[in-house]
Amino acid sequence: MSFFEKFYQIFVEKGYYTLMLDGFKSTLIITVGALAIGLVIGTIIAVIKYFGDDSKPMRPLVWLCDLYTTVVRGIPVVVLLLIFFFVIFASSKNGIAIATLTFGINSGAYMAELVRSGLNAVNAGQMEAGRSLGLSKLQTMRKIILPQAIRYILPAIFNELIALLKETSVAGYVAVVDLTRAGTLVRNNTYNAVVPLTLVAVVYLVLVVLLTRLLRLLERRMSTDDRRRKS
Amino acid sequence: MIDVVNLEKHFGGENVLNGINTTIHKGDVVCVIGPSGSGKSTFLRCLNMLEKPTGGKIIFEGDDLMDKRVDLNAHRQKMGMVFQQFNLFPHMTIMENLTVAPLLLKKFDKGRAQEKALELLDRVGLADRANDYPSQLSGGQQQRVAICRALCMEPDVMLFDEPTSALDPEMVGEVLDVMKELAKAGMTMVVVTHEMGFAREVSNRVLFLDGGVIAEEGTPDAIFNHPQCERLQSFLAKVL
Repeated sequence: MSFFEKFYQIFVEKGYYTLMLDGFKSTLIITVGALAIGLVIGTIIAVIKYFGDDSKPMRPLVWLCDLYTTVVRGIPVVVLLLIFFFVIFASSKNGIAIATLTFGINSGAYMAELVRSGLNAVNAGQMEAGRSLGLSKLQTMRKIILPQAIRYILPAIFNELIALLKETSVAGYVAVVDLTRAGTLVRNNTYNAVVPLTLVAVVYLVLVVLLTRLLRLLERRMSTDDRRRKS
Repeated sequence: MIDVVNLEKHFGGENVLNGINTTIHKGDVVCVIGPSGSGKSTFLRCLNMLEKPTGGKIIFEGDDLMDKRVDLNAHRQKMGMVFQQFNLFPHMTIMENLTVAPLLLKKFDKGRAQEKALELLDRVGLADRANDYPSQLSGGQQQRVAICRALCMEPDVMLFDEPTSALDPEMVGEVLDVMKELAKAGMTMVVVTHEMGFAREVSNRVLFLDGGVIAEEGTPDAIFNHPQCERLQSFLAKVL
């Protein structure tokens, strides 16, 4: 039987395509949710550190943020996931929510450094100009500094997103049926490894290629924006 | 309007300002001159607390800005500032640059803010550039926009931090002209500058800073034609 006949038999005739679709959906939910959580956490930490450098009352907050990034970055994400599932949220069986939260918290530690480098890349005169007009620190941050910082770090955020997407393939450790886990289930049930694993690999690959394309598109739009502005 | 009492600023072990005393009255156009490193820019930046003084008082419209209970943001709305490097917001159009603060601080509604912005841009001859981005403008045009941005908040006093030092020589005039207009219209101004011609022609008082103190102070005539202290005499000999 050829690869394609086997493919047809497993996914269409035996109906395993529904399992794969469910897994695909879970992978997307976890990735997008974690990205959102990571961006929010990362931005909050970056802003705290940005202002904390010259403000004594914020020292404890800065210390907490440093602790968070150190701990999270020092623990493999699988171990973090196991801890969240079997210890902290042991009473909950909502694996997808726990996985989303875990990957979000993990990604937040990396996003924090990204966003911070973006904030620092914005000329210090921008903050002064905002403050001189009477805007508060947070108003200036939101309207003046962050929009410029995001432009600088957009490519890096996409890299983080791609890494995140692939990282979620370990969600199966805590009984979440994501794309990878769905492939494993199909493999166990059909005693065929080549077909499901190939499909899983190709789906990840296509997603990553699409994200890379999207980034190129955004970058090109931003650079023509810059050309227009500089002309 | 602004009383500066015994203002001091130390950076680490370095004493930049060593007790400055002066009063800026309503309608004053005060030029601050002096050699580089004399503390002129630091003095100006202390006036709106962009630089935190380490000692003394800055009393603006009755409130000591050094007092922690004072709402600095509210006071800064009344002190416009123009920077050497313009510091326009590059991700916003000229119109957005001018209206972002008035709208966020709810000073005007959108229609009134845009009307005000166009009025100001018209005064500096840039009304047709409202929808352009800062990088599409020349340095002189950007600085004129920066002046408008500060004026959009209808400040009581305008602070200028070497507003023409980053400009190509042929663009200095257009910015100085706008500042002259502003002075004629009665705006209270404090100007740190190397443009001695402007100081002589437009200001009603000149402060000569040296070593972090006001070494000499007087009318332009007294400062430029009858300098008393030796440091001012040698400074003027070099720059005039």
